[in-house]
Amino acid sequence: MAARKGSASGAKAGANVSAEELKKFYHDMLLIRRFEEKAGQLYGMGLIGGFCHLYIGQEAVVVGLEAATKEGDKRVTSYRDHGHMLACGMDPKGVMAELTGREGGYSKGKGGSMHMFSKEKHFYGGHGIVGAQVPIGAGLAFSDKYKGNDNVTFAYFGDGAANQGQVAETYNMAELWDLPVIFVIENNQYAMGTSVQRATKSPDFYERGIAYGIEGEEVDGMDVLAVKAAGEKAVAHCRAGKGPYILEIKTYRYRGHSMSDPAKYRTREEVQKIREERDAIEHVRQLLLTGKHATEDELKQIDKDIKAIVNESADFAKESPEPALEELWTDIYAETAPQNA
Amino acid sequence: MATKILMPALSPTMEEGTLAKWLKKEGDAISAGDIIAEIETDKATMEFEAVDEGTLGKILVPEGTSGVKVNDPIAVLLEEGEDASAAEEAEAPKPEAAAAPASAPAQAKPAEADDMPKPDTTPDWPEGTKMKTQTVREALRDAMAEEMRRDENVFLMGEEVAEYQGAYKISQGLLDEFGAKRVIDTPITEHGFAGLGVGAAFGGLRPIVEFMTFNFAMQAIDHIINSAAKTLYMSGGQMGAPMVFRGPNGAAARVGAQHSQDYGAWYAHIPGLKVVQPYSAADAKGLLKSAIRDPNPVIFLENEILYGRSFEVPDLEDFTIPFGKAKIWREGADVTIVSWGIGMSHSLEAAEKLAKEGIEAEVIDLRTLRPVDYDTVLASVMKTNRCVTVEEGFPVASFGNHLSAVIMERAFDYLDAPVINCTGKDVPMPYAANLEKLALVTSDEVVEAVKKVTYR
Ligand SMILES: Cc1ncc(C[n+]2csc(CCOP(=O)(O)OP(=O)(O)O)c2C)c(N)n1
Ligand SMILES: [Mg+2]
Repeated sequence: MAARKGSASGAKAGANVSAEELKKFYHDMLLIRRFEEKAGQLYGMGLIGGFCHLYIGQEAVVVGLEAATKEGDKRVTSYRDHGHMLACGMDPKGVMAELTGREGGYSKGKGGSMHMFSKEKHFYGGHGIVGAQVPIGAGLAFSDKYKGNDNVTFAYFGDGAANQGQVAETYNMAELWDLPVIFVIENNQYAMGTSVQRATKSPDFYERGIAYGIEGEEVDGMDVLAVKAAGEKAVAHCRAGKGPYILEIKTYRYRGHSMSDPAKYRTREEVQKIREERDAIEHVRQLLLTGKHATEDELKQIDKDIKAIVNESADFAKESPEPALEELWTDIYAETAPQNA
Repeated sequence: MATKILMPALSPTMEEGTLAKWLKKEGDAISAGDIIAEIETDKATMEFEAVDEGTLGKILVPEGTSGVKVNDPIAVLLEEGEDASAAEEAEAPKPEAAAAPASAPAQAKPAEADDMPKPDTTPDWPEGTKMKTQTVREALRDAMAEEMRRDENVFLMGEEVAEYQGAYKISQGLLDEFGAKRVIDTPITEHGFAGLGVGAAFGGLRPIVEFMTFNFAMQAIDHIINSAAKTLYMSGGQMGAPMVFRGPNGAAARVGAQHSQDYGAWYAHIPGLKVVQPYSAADAKGLLKSAIRDPNPVIFLENEILYGRSFEVPDLEDFTIPFGKAKIWREGADVTIVSWGIGMSHSLEAAEKLAKEGIEAEVIDLRTLRPVDYDTVLASVMKTNRCVTVEEGFPVASFGNHLSAVIMERAFDYLDAPVINCTGKDVPMPYAANLEKLALVTSDEVVEAVKKVTYR
């Protein structure tokens, strides 16, 4: 058992990544970014309401980890969930239409930005209570272990959530019962307006498992290849029946906590510096161009394709009707358990 | 093509705002992400970023303007190669495609064809069924064992449920029969294992989560309500938490304020939960079996004082009792007493005392609070014209309060007296023996209430 600071750098990990995969990373990350920008726009137009937490800046985390998964693996996260849903293959149209609260949304418009689910893609939400998804993720892993398969669950949560009592409770149970769950701390350095330093004197979240016997690792979340490499290692650990694993992924959110956050707790320069020097999408773009894996024209084409997908999802989200009024009274009780149906 | 920049909505409640400051001038080049203006919302001053690139062709709303409505054009953005004339064009009003389809005002009520109560009077088990005497404790254990034999996805998890055989010995023998995979001792982490149970249910298992007592479920109530009860709705029916949260509820004896509370009304408040509060051993067994099979999260409120009581239980291989079906324990024409759980003890005792004075009470055991069998209650009240409810919980927002409201709405003309709610007193449970006795609802109080509504 150990906790390691920093893991394989992208350059080293890059050796075993094909040009095709690199292009896919570029595509998937850019899709999330453009989708989120569009969501922000629709919010501004009043088409999306309530809370809306954008994932811009953190794209490499989910895209890198999804590259380490196989069919059957599960994922669960917080309210900052749009990126996770797109990365695991959920339809951008269904996600955007849920954001606008329409019938065509993943939850028929009844869940909203923070609450979406997909049985098909093993995406278990979308949770609005900070930290709640952590024991739920351990429970999903419990169900796989109980059934005797080798699936792994990714439980994503923030640096703020990491301080919740139920996270400590879950670490203890997960290691006690060797549950195949990867605790992914997306350390974007802020919980709303509270920086990590103002919330804890033990800011190395990857070390928090030591007390329970859980291995942990710190990962550069602006390097999708490093994330993938760390994900593969954690997945191998879990699939081998060795219990849970902690990945603290250092990342950064460019936008406010939610759409209504004026973000006065950090300087514009701080954000700008990371955008310019550390951007995960730009990083892959450079790898593609300097490695001659793709031409400018090819990348332009990817940009164009993504723009089309995003526009199509926005059109769908505007045109899809509001849910029928009868829907108010449905899905309160189930006749048969939906997961068994 | 020139595009209009619209006044953005920058908070969930913003309808209009002040354009505090323009940070770009007409003619400035703009790239996506540039801050172009500062806007004051109802909450804060926000920086407004450009989403597209181009040239700021024309400012339509000068800085300092307040009361600018969301979605009003505030500026015109020109694309590469366009000149100011495009700005004029863009300004001309265009018919807007309706963004959101309008909907008729919601009628927030499921249809009710006929308001007359139609109680379900079918017997719980066939006439002539052989019976055996069992304690509530044994009945609960048998229910779990039978369901665990029937469905291998059912498992029991909680503090001291396995090796210790249950803090109140409800899980006696289960570890031996089903092994450590299915009878699991947890650390003392209610919030954690309740959430873990919800995840296991999402993953296709049928967890029974035992709380050593429901007092400790307050640590877990977030997962019970936010994660278990609401997911089916939030997911549009895709996912839910078919599981049972069970354990002793209410006052035991002399355990003080933090260990003596009845949560029936609390959970009954929540759509998405089912709430069971049994009295007899047969009901405990038949209802727990139904709870384990139910595809929804069920709160199963037991009672420590009742655990050791013996009742007649049908000697059947498999029997269940449906939710939402009350049981009439005693028929009578003078007054309806409605109760559930331990309240039934006081109610039946009161009925005995009243009978000696010539008052015949009809005693109804609701058995489940959600769904609740209004029809049996209403039909009885229409017959007796008087009603007293009995529960252990606090008086404010008690379940009896709710029943009174329903009776008033649906049987107002049948009432000859106001409904009285007998409840625990409006105080934290005292420790002193004499005070505790005063704090709890008693059969004498029920008798007194009945006399009041029957004007004796
Ligand atoms: C139990 C709880 N407390 C408070 C909140 C309000 N809240 C929502 S998000 C948030 C900050 C969480 O930060 P972090 O875990 O770092 O995740 P991030 O938003 O950075 O992704 C807070 C305090 C909540 N949703 N739930
Ligand atoms: Mg954070």
